[in-house]
Amino acid sequence: MAEAYIYDAVRTPRGKGKKDGSLHEITALSLAAQALAAIRDRNQLDTSRVDDVVLGCVAPVGEQGADIARTAVLTAGYAQTTAGVQVNRFCASGLEACNMAAAKVMSGEADFAIGGGVEAMSRVPMGSDGGAWPVDPSSAFSTYFVPQGVSADMIASKYGFSRADVDAYAVESQKRSARSWKEGRFKNSVVPVKDQLGLTILDHDELMRPDTDMQTLGALNASFQMMGEMAFDAVINQRYPEVERVNHVHTPGNSSGIVDGASAVLIGSKEAGIAAGLKPRARIKGMASIGSEPSIMLTGPEPVTRKLLGKLGMGVGDIDLYELNEAFAAVVLRYMQALDIDHDKINVCGGAIAMGHPLGATGGMILGTVLDELERTGKGTALVTLCIGGGMGTATVIERV
Amino acid sequence: MENFKIEVDADGIALVTFDVPGRSMNTITSKVMEEIPLLVERIKTDAAIKGAVITSGKATGFCAGADLGDLGGAQSAAPASEEAALKAGFDRSWRLQGSLRALETCGKPVAAAINGLALGGGLEITLACHYRVVGDNPKIQLGLPETKVGLFPGAGGTQRLPRLIGVQAALMQISEGKSWRPQEAKGAGVVHEVVPAGQEVEAAKAWVKTGKAVQPWDEKSFKLPGGGPYHPAGIQVFIMGNALLRKQSYGNYPALTNMLKAVYEGVQVPMDAALRIETRYFVKTLMTPQAKAMIRSLFLSKQELDKGAVRPAGVPKSEAKKVTVLGAGMMGAGIAYVQAMAGIETVLIDTTQEAADKGKDYAKGLIAKRVSRGQMTQEKADATLALITPTTDYAHVKGSDLVIEAVFENRDIKAEVTKKAEAQLAEDAVFGSNTSTLPISGLAEASVRPENFIGIHFFSPVDKMMLVEIIMGEKTGEVALAKAIDYVTKIKKTPIVVNDSRGFYTSRCFSTYLTEGMAMLKEGYAPAMIDNVGRMTGMPRGPLEMHDDVALDLSYKIGQQTAKDLGDKYVPNPGEDIVAKMVSELGRYGRKNKKGFYDYPESGPKSLWAGLSELAPVTVSESTPELVEEMKTRLLYRQAVEAARCWEEGVIDDPREADVGAILGWGFAPWSGGPITLIDQVGAAKFVETCDRLASQYGERFKVPQLLRDMAANGESFYGRFSAKAKAA
Repeated sequence: MAEAYIYDAVRTPRGKGKKDGSLHEITALSLAAQALAAIRDRNQLDTSRVDDVVLGCVAPVGEQGADIARTAVLTAGYAQTTAGVQVNRFCASGLEACNMAAAKVMSGEADFAIGGGVEAMSRVPMGSDGGAWPVDPSSAFSTYFVPQGVSADMIASKYGFSRADVDAYAVESQKRSARSWKEGRFKNSVVPVKDQLGLTILDHDELMRPDTDMQTLGALNASFQMMGEMAFDAVINQRYPEVERVNHVHTPGNSSGIVDGASAVLIGSKEAGIAAGLKPRARIKGMASIGSEPSIMLTGPEPVTRKLLGKLGMGVGDIDLYELNEAFAAVVLRYMQALDIDHDKINVCGGAIAMGHPLGATGGMILGTVLDELERTGKGTALVTLCIGGGMGTATVIERV
Repeated sequence: MENFKIEVDADGIALVTFDVPGRSMNTITSKVMEEIPLLVERIKTDAAIKGAVITSGKATGFCAGADLGDLGGAQSAAPASEEAALKAGFDRSWRLQGSLRALETCGKPVAAAINGLALGGGLEITLACHYRVVGDNPKIQLGLPETKVGLFPGAGGTQRLPRLIGVQAALMQISEGKSWRPQEAKGAGVVHEVVPAGQEVEAAKAWVKTGKAVQPWDEKSFKLPGGGPYHPAGIQVFIMGNALLRKQSYGNYPALTNMLKAVYEGVQVPMDAALRIETRYFVKTLMTPQAKAMIRSLFLSKQELDKGAVRPAGVPKSEAKKVTVLGAGMMGAGIAYVQAMAGIETVLIDTTQEAADKGKDYAKGLIAKRVSRGQMTQEKADATLALITPTTDYAHVKGSDLVIEAVFENRDIKAEVTKKAEAQLAEDAVFGSNTSTLPISGLAEASVRPENFIGIHFFSPVDKMMLVEIIMGEKTGEVALAKAIDYVTKIKKTPIVVNDSRGFYTSRCFSTYLTEGMAMLKEGYAPAMIDNVGRMTGMPRGPLEMHDDVALDLSYKIGQQTAKDLGDKYVPNPGEDIVAKMVSELGRYGRKNKKGFYDYPESGPKSLWAGLSELAPVTVSESTPELVEEMKTRLLYRQAVEAARCWEEGVIDDPREADVGAILGWGFAPWSGGPITLIDQVGAAKFVETCDRLASQYGERFKVPQLLRDMAANGESFYGRFSAKAKAA
């Protein structure tokens, strides 16, 4: 089997995912096309060498519907022969897209493939695509479906994280994100989004609140208490009867932000790189996905990490940097607790609590972030993972070359 | 047709009168199911008929729904295969379903003139009519109560109701089995017109003359009110509906989930397909053990017991006109209230006038509530209250047909009041003790007429709990038993009759639920897990919180008393030491002093007492589905084993009483149909096998009686043995 290498990674800055967000007036198609154009242009890539573009998107309806990957390929002016496919693995769609692109390269199906994703959450709101899981009693009932926020609150309750614990994590996320921007750690990957005239409309992550402290966070109301008390606490309590009651700790301040954005990662074989005159930045050492208990939903990163490290014959200590999407603070705290990972080794540049989580795009974004950080610090290996709706985990291990 | 009479008037309107011969109430019997297709065919094909009005010939109501005793239908031969059984079930249910669909698409306007209650299938027949008129009588109920007996509406109700009033309103009504009064039904959009009682047919005929023979859902422009599952508003209804259903049912009631599936899938397709979907889920539900168990215990057996099935046949019917209640505490006050509500002249005696008055005040409060809710007139309230005479004077006992003793659980006090009351009583009057713990035969020693001394055990709160456990002492006679049953029937409660034993039947079995919870606590299970899993079994609350409700000091005292009475034979209950320490050293008596396994703050919900982990260190705090299943099995099987022992010891001998008594008396998981049905449905052999494993793993308390081993060996069931015995007799 061929080895798959990462040649480059780009991402848009993340715009606030509301009507007053800077990217609200930019279409999802434009975001995706700009990311694709950027990775082509800065590598002077002959796109006829790109066999396929895999884009993650979690609400593939409306303007994000009907295979936005192919539409973006055409709109970005790629070669007609470049195919496009949209994938949905909820929050890990972007990473899954990269893993699929890598698999295409490893299997020999593709010389170059691009992974990444797009989500214009201000324009196509979360949940727009419906879906049977919570709605159809045939699936909702037997799987103890609850909304993610209630799952995250159950993680905190079951594993003993208080409101102060999750808020403290959020403060640190804001600090790290602000420092990373200040030190220019993202400059290699972030490509400004252009407006209809071609002028820059956004060149930074606009959701960040670097002044956040325990007091400002402490003033926020728990987001999922009302819906929890109405019915969902009782549902998840039937799945986890060892917990007396769900303690609702998550707020908008310690959960990932709703944002717009896109990402693209260029993956190819060694030969393809040589032929295109490109230097590989990292090797994709392995990837894995796993299903986990769906009601608590967000604990998949731990088993998928164990699964992937096991496959690779590695231990938790063999990874220099971890990147786990900050969907909710308790998800990361539980991961650190379960695998005994020091906070200094995980999400070192901040994360989605401060900068936002554009669902389909995030996986590609944090893969690029950790690659930049490996290069900046001269470290060797990193593991990227995300928690996923429906109870899943997806992970990728990369090694700098 | 014997059930439907058709009269065509000069306008060509057929008046169809539904009148099941030989029954006081119209129900949908097998014969009715056979005739409805004929009726519809006649309306459709008879050219002289321009339209139809369906009404009832009974003064008791329009129709009370399916005949639950007849629901499975007579099976002529065992079906050749599972597939054949499913097909036959579908075809049988489809007969009514298809006929009602034919009725609403027959091309002629059909109106229902609802002149009395219409429940279940009765209401569903009217929903298949194009127009519904109901008489303005607040006593008329319209509703779909099928989920209460483990079923759901299977004659179009889950499809027509959401299309009429929206999914959310329909789900609430169906899942809770609630009914509407006529004006409420009009407000909800279930009926079109409310008219003065007696004018239903006239109004329905008036509509038929100009009415449109098309249901709203068969119009091209039809839109589901509130939207379907993938409509922005509708989606929330389903997501929340799924969660609420689990919250309320713990997943123990397949009828509820199947109902929701039928609604979810059905509202997305046209009516013909929708009805097929409903029928499939209905047949599926009908075949579940839960539906079979609930229909038998909660409907058929309960009805039989209410009608006096266990009353000695030879004794003439009696009526308690005057009854004295001794002791005006919580139980006595509650008993006085239910007696007055049944029109019984009541003497309420306590040691001080103040205490007796306080007992009457309890009834006053409950009756005032009824008046304020419009359930009772002030006049009737005054008359009802006037029936209760609070006093300290035993002279008032004179003339009582029955005395109910509800004083402290103390043999000496009980003996004293027995003597005092009997001094005033006529020879044939009955003395009933409401003791919940003391053996009746012992108490009867204080009586000069032990043949007229009986246990009449009420449950708390008396006004809400529908069971009365009648306990036969060694010398209690049949006449006393018959009178006690007549009294219980009169106060509209369900009687069961048991023989004397420590804790009788209900308290004895119920206490095993609490002790199994204690055993788990002692074994290191997280207390939250014990109580949450307890609730998940279908019991009303967890064993620890119920223990708090019962009161830990009471439990402690009963334990000590039992140890003293049994001497060397006493086997301590697991976790007894924990209760002893909580009561005697820490003053934690349970909910009554706001300190038990839980703390009960002035405001906010109760929470587990933090100190409990010191008395019972937690070693099992991670649940798995398998562990939860094992805990559920322990909690339910422990009670069922005790019920089987009661049977072997002759405390109970009728499975109907054992099952109904368990569900109504101590809230035994209703989905199971009761502990005896649980054993029968699991099968004696498998039940014994599981209990043997539980006994070796957790203790002798799971040891099954020899009776069960014999039954397992002979492939017998409790109900099978019982009906064989009934046939032989």
